[in-house]
Amino acid sequence: MIDAIQNMFGDAVLGSQIFRGEDTISVSLERAHELLAYCHGELGFNFLVDVCSIDHESSDPRFEMVYELASIDDSQHLRVKVPVAEDQSVQSVIDIWRTADWHEREVYDMMGIKFDGHPNLKRILMWEGYPFHPLRKEFPLAGKPSEMPDVAFTGVAPMEGGPFVTCSTATDTVSGEPRAKGES
Amino acid sequence: MVSPTPQTSDYAYDSKIEGNVTFTQLDAAINWMRKNSLWPMPMGLACCAIELMGTAASRYDISRFGAEVMRFSPRQADVMIVAGTVTYKMALAVKRVWDQMPEPKWCIAMGACASSGGMYRSYATLQGIDQLIPVDVYISGCPPRPEALLEGLMRLQAKIEKEESVSNLKKSTDQA
Repeated sequence: MIDAIQNMFGDAVLGSQIFRGEDTISVSLERAHELLAYCHGELGFNFLVDVCSIDHESSDPRFEMVYELASIDDSQHLRVKVPVAEDQSVQSVIDIWRTADWHEREVYDMMGIKFDGHPNLKRILMWEGYPFHPLRKEFPLAGKPSEMPDVAFTGVAPMEGGPFVTCSTATDTVSGEPRAKGES
Repeated sequence: MVSPTPQTSDYAYDSKIEGNVTFTQLDAAINWMRKNSLWPMPMGLACCAIELMGTAASRYDISRFGAEVMRFSPRQADVMIVAGTVTYKMALAVKRVWDQMPEPKWCIAMGACASSGGMYRSYATLQGIDQLIPVDVYISGCPPRPEALLEGLMRLQAKIEKEESVSNLKKSTDQA
């Protein structure tokens, strides 16, 4: 499957990986929409499981879109990753999978990535006018104060020595236990 | 049967009216009526609302305490039971519903989230409904069991019993 895509799109495929039976390909932003349409039309991925995004913060390009594709008929799975720079916008895939509507709105709300061709690109979880994108790395877990009279306000949550989080780089379970990071 | 020896005192024993007249203070009478007929405004926002429903259902039966008349119109409610996580997006809506409730009114913060934000130390969650409206009773638990809500209700009843309702009433009419 990856070979078929690679033959079709050549240089646009930036890389691919098979990890524990899961296929992942990375593709350039310019041809991403074309490739996703190909996956839907030719490869039979008729189900868009999820659209999400990753903030790599310090690396360039900063963001990465992740599309989880599946086919109902033969249980195939494919993950398509698309690097996106901070000033770039992504072409919406609503014309391919209608379900992308709310997924893309959530990505826009939480990460601030804009989508071209989306019919209703507004916030879905936070309210219109909320000034931040909370899932960006630089956004503190405790939140930031904001104020929209008669709509909503936010404050800063007390962390009391927390947040209590697991350590992903720990080598053994004891040091990986949830503990306070001292960000308050 | 008329008492054979009529007495001059106002408190004369009269078997005809025995059991029909009770001497009390106005405060005690008003509070007694209020505390045994608390109509809740169920502000169910998360899993605590499920326990609130369980408390109202037959096994725990909140009507034993006179609080079974759940009103979904705030204008008919006496006590707001904030049951669940109050997000910032919802916060002002809760406040608006509270403002629409007529006096006298009370508030129960049910569970960890409504009391303090609970486990949600986050950008999206109000850290306790007491930041917006005055809370009379906090109930711990995540979510609290129905027994805990019933005890909270009994604590609220005990609090209402001690209120100075008449002078509060006079105060509010003086202001108006």
